[in-house]
Amino acid sequence: MLGAYLPILLLVIVAIGFGLVSLVMSSLIGPKKFSVLKMSPYESGCEPVGTGQERFSIKFYLIAMLFILFDIEAVFLYPWAILYKKLGMFGLIEMGIFIVILFVGYIYVWKKGALEWE
Amino acid sequence: METLFFLIVSLVAIISAILVVTCRNPINSALSLILTFFCLATYYVMLDAPFLAAVQVMVYAGAIMVLIVFTIMLLNIRVNASKSQSHKIVLGSVIGFFTLLNTAVIVFKSRVALPNGPLTGDIIKQQGHTELIGREMFTTFLLPFEITSILLLVAIVGAVILAKKKI
Repeated sequence: MLGAYLPILLLVIVAIGFGLVSLVMSSLIGPKKFSVLKMSPYESGCEPVGTGQERFSIKFYLIAMLFILFDIEAVFLYPWAILYKKLGMFGLIEMGIFIVILFVGYIYVWKKGALEWE
Repeated sequence: METLFFLIVSLVAIISAILVVTCRNPINSALSLILTFFCLATYYVMLDAPFLAAVQVMVYAGAIMVLIVFTIMLLNIRVNASKSQSHKIVLGSVIGFFTLLNTAVIVFKSRVALPNGPLTGDIIKQQGHTELIGREMFTTFLLPFEITSILLLVAIVGAVILAKKKI
């Protein structure tokens, strides 16, 4: 039963392996010539200003929050898609109401300009 | 084979969970938490619940972690090394110990009997876990399902009102 998930396990192993091999090989065979300029953090070619840890704008947070809410909406679509033929018209109307209510939310977000970057 | 796999996943889950609370940098804690979520998803797969595993990865390891990382960046938590936190560690250890003791007593003393419903493990394997969840959700629990969309709508409006400067 778990055999069906073997490809996913292989994918995870290859992904972790690729990262590890890249790091280990570059530290083993890569040249190590350090200078002050080379070790300074890269800021698009300018002189580094301040620390790397800066406070981010709340605008990012709003986008992340909206992403989660519509992500949860998408999760409900998966079991519905599997049962689509069995539920028939009933399921279509049911999901239609669900989507329409959330579409109202989408229009609200759009009209309030929450997707604008001001 | 399956027991060995379970033990390996458990080991990774416990180590990553310990890293979540011991890491000095909150971003590293968040990354360890993602690994813990993936281990939980693996448990769901082993319990024949692939839909829950997919939800675990999509919603928790994907969306909720984005929110946690943005919260860390928003609050700008500095890596503090000097402050003494010993009183917190003592209090946390005491609470943790008694919680563990409580759980251990419940697990070892009581014999948990699974409810004997119509859906046994074999039926779930035969008909498909996602299908069964969907059928219940779209017929028996029709009203709660529709109300969920209103709950999400409230959350959308709340997020916009809280985070937007000029509404």
